[in-house]
Amino acid sequence: MMFAAATAALVVAMLLALVRALMGPTVYDRVLAVNAFGTKTMLMIAVLGFLMGRPDFMDIALLYALINFIGTIAVLKFFRYGDLARPGGRAAPTDSEGES
Amino acid sequence: MDMLLDILSWALLAGGSFFIIVGNIGLVRMPDLFTRMHAASLVDTLGAGLFIAALMIQGGLTLISVKLLMMLVFVFFASPTASYALANAALSQGVKPEALKTADGEKGGESSNP
Repeated sequence: MMFAAATAALVVAMLLALVRALMGPTVYDRVLAVNAFGTKTMLMIAVLGFLMGRPDFMDIALLYALINFIGTIAVLKFFRYGDLARPGGRAAPTDSEGES
Repeated sequence: MDMLLDILSWALLAGGSFFIIVGNIGLVRMPDLFTRMHAASLVDTLGAGLFIAALMIQGGLTLISVKLLMMLVFVFFASPTASYALANAALSQGVKPEALKTADGEKGGESSNP
């Protein structure tokens, strides 16, 4: 019962995050909403593991946290440089002083 | 003793649900990208922290609690990093905070009036 209530709260929160992801004016709003959605998905997998009595789900939740972080950074880098293979750095993508 | 742990776990789950829903209402209703990031960081710190604390109480002293602790530590390190990267990318691409934008707009209006 306790875990079912927590799952219901998480579902409501995920629906609100989906609303922001669908109507975000810039791409950064969408990235932020997807990042928050991934964090809540990780919590939901962990709670569902306890709800169903299968604690093996903790491994999946841990893996989901890692992939969520890497995915957020990868999407941000792709939208900034247009290329995932480009080395990053402090230099802005328009000026070429960092190319020395 | 078991009853006490269940009640403590209930309270932590209720608090975590409250903070998660409040953070997401802020994510929908805040006027600006940066204030939305402020609301979303509430979910990553207090929401995830209280939820994982409640689950660790239920798990007891087992390997499950160790995995939950690893998740908590990783979220506490990764969430500010992702937020910083997001704010840095948005600022460098010209997304301005709402307060600065209205201040500039008022200045522009005054200079264009005379």
